[in-house]
Amino acid sequence: MRTFEYLKPTSLKEALELLERYGEKAKLVAGGTDVMVLWKKRAISPEYLISLRNVPELNFVAYDGGLKIGAATPLRTIELSPEIREHFPVITDAVSNLGSVQVRNSGTMGGNICNAAPSADSAPPMLVLGAKVAISGPDGERSVPITEFFRGPSKTVVGPREIVTHFSVPRPQPNTGAAYWKHTRRKAMDLPILGVACLISFQDDMKTCSAASIALGVAAPTPMRAYKAEAFLAGKIIDEATLDEAGAIAASEGSPRTTIRGSAWYRTEMIRVLVKRTGMMCRDRAKGAAGR
Amino acid sequence: MKRTIRFTVNGNVAEVEVLPHWNLLRVLREELWLTGAKQGCGEGECGACTVLVDGAPVNACIYPVLEVEGKNVLTIEGLMGEDGRLHPLQEAFLEKAGVQCGFCTPGMIMSAKALLDMNPDPTEAEIRHAIAGNMCRCTGYVQIVESIRRAAELLAGDGSSGKE
Ligand SMILES: Cc1cc2nc3c(=O)[nH]c(=O)nc-3n(C[C@H](O)[C@H](O)[C@H](O)COP(=O)(O)OP(=O)(O)OC[C@H]3O[C@@H](n4cnc5c(N)ncnc54)[C@H](O)[C@@H]3O)c2cc1C
Ligand code: FES
Ligand code: FES
Repeated sequence: MRTFEYLKPTSLKEALELLERYGEKAKLVAGGTDVMVLWKKRAISPEYLISLRNVPELNFVAYDGGLKIGAATPLRTIELSPEIREHFPVITDAVSNLGSVQVRNSGTMGGNICNAAPSADSAPPMLVLGAKVAISGPDGERSVPITEFFRGPSKTVVGPREIVTHFSVPRPQPNTGAAYWKHTRRKAMDLPILGVACLISFQDDMKTCSAASIALGVAAPTPMRAYKAEAFLAGKIIDEATLDEAGAIAASEGSPRTTIRGSAWYRTEMIRVLVKRTGMMCRDRAKGAAGR
Repeated sequence: MKRTIRFTVNGNVAEVEVLPHWNLLRVLREELWLTGAKQGCGEGECGACTVLVDGAPVNACIYPVLEVEGKNVLTIEGLMGEDGRLHPLQEAFLEKAGVQCGFCTPGMIMSAKALLDMNPDPTEAEIRHAIAGNMCRCTGYVQIVESIRRAAELLAGDGSSGKE
């Protein structure tokens, strides 16, 4: 019979010990919205599943100007967090349309990021926010910038004996706005055809860009930053024409493919459109934040 | 190897022998004979299997049954009142023709129950967001949204709600 042993550690220490003991035979599972589907489709057949649902150290949201999100925090908790909605709406943009309420009640940000799909909706916001990924293993803790976390589709820097514990987002610069746009045929449920996140910090005139970051999902084998477009925006007055140019540069940095959801040509065009759209949202949000 | 787990279903304690790879839907339907929740896709896409775990809607078809140990599960069967009376959501679905073939209805109603518990007066957009994970192949979405709005009115009017 095809089955597995399902282990429910109640501390991070215990989870790491189980991972150490069962090694290659074990797989971590948080919400299981990727893992259980893959198991049912017979794409994976681990002997042991190590559940992270009951590990309290991995389930929290902490705001103190900066933000920490436990890796096994359900996406629904993140979606409903008033602090995240107020101070990091770019995260709310992404998680509130990731799957359905049902998927978000089980699914976690750690699972979304560690699954490392090019389409992972929470990746572009974390990329523009400059998040760091905290990882625990037998030799202690390390912290990896999320820009260095992805290694390819379904590939990350996490070792076989390691567990991602949380994501840390630094306190944003003053006069900053950020936004994520998921481009799909339906708003929820569908994986994005393209995902674009943009973050812009303004000088005190609220017009001139002091620093920008742009991240693209489904534009390359992994979620990516568009560094050239970011450099182009620094020092410029932010308006539609400038953002359009930045969008064209960002599109040239990606290497989108043709898939069932959209052609490479279409994705390239949409990068331009969405960089402009999210850039204008950044301006509005930065003004809103400054007005508070 | 089989294990015995205990959890609460519709207010009653259930003790069931399960295999570790079983999902909650299988146990509800095939061990406890609660066949209200349906199996559609089996992959989290359609929402026909939606039940509430500690008040939160989940896709029972991909929910590992060992995770419900000690928790509180509510299925469509648990909405019925003590005297066999229908829940206002069920009344509203009948009144506003939110049911066609009925396959999506148990899941739809459980998603709606979770919404109304959190937000007793939802807008149409909020209703649509809450049921985005529930597909109706008869495509009666307009009537479904109207049914949920009507249920909100009924609940506001007489204040009665289903047993937990
Ligand atoms: C119907 C449906 C719709 C979906 N829609 C979307 C969508 O719109 N956008 C989107 O981006 N995704 C979507 N998904 C995919 C999935 O729901 C998300 O990726 C989700 O965030 C995964 O989280 P999880 O906790 O369920 O992961 P799991 O399935 O538990 O784990 C996923 C992977 O991450 C690993 N992992 C989990 N936690 C850790 C950790 N702490 N440390 C190290 N490794 C870990 C696991 O071993 C596994 O390889 C959808 C899935 C379904 C079923
Ligand atoms: S049967 Fe569970 S979501 Fe379709
Ligand atoms: S009523 Fe038939 S699937 Fe919805």
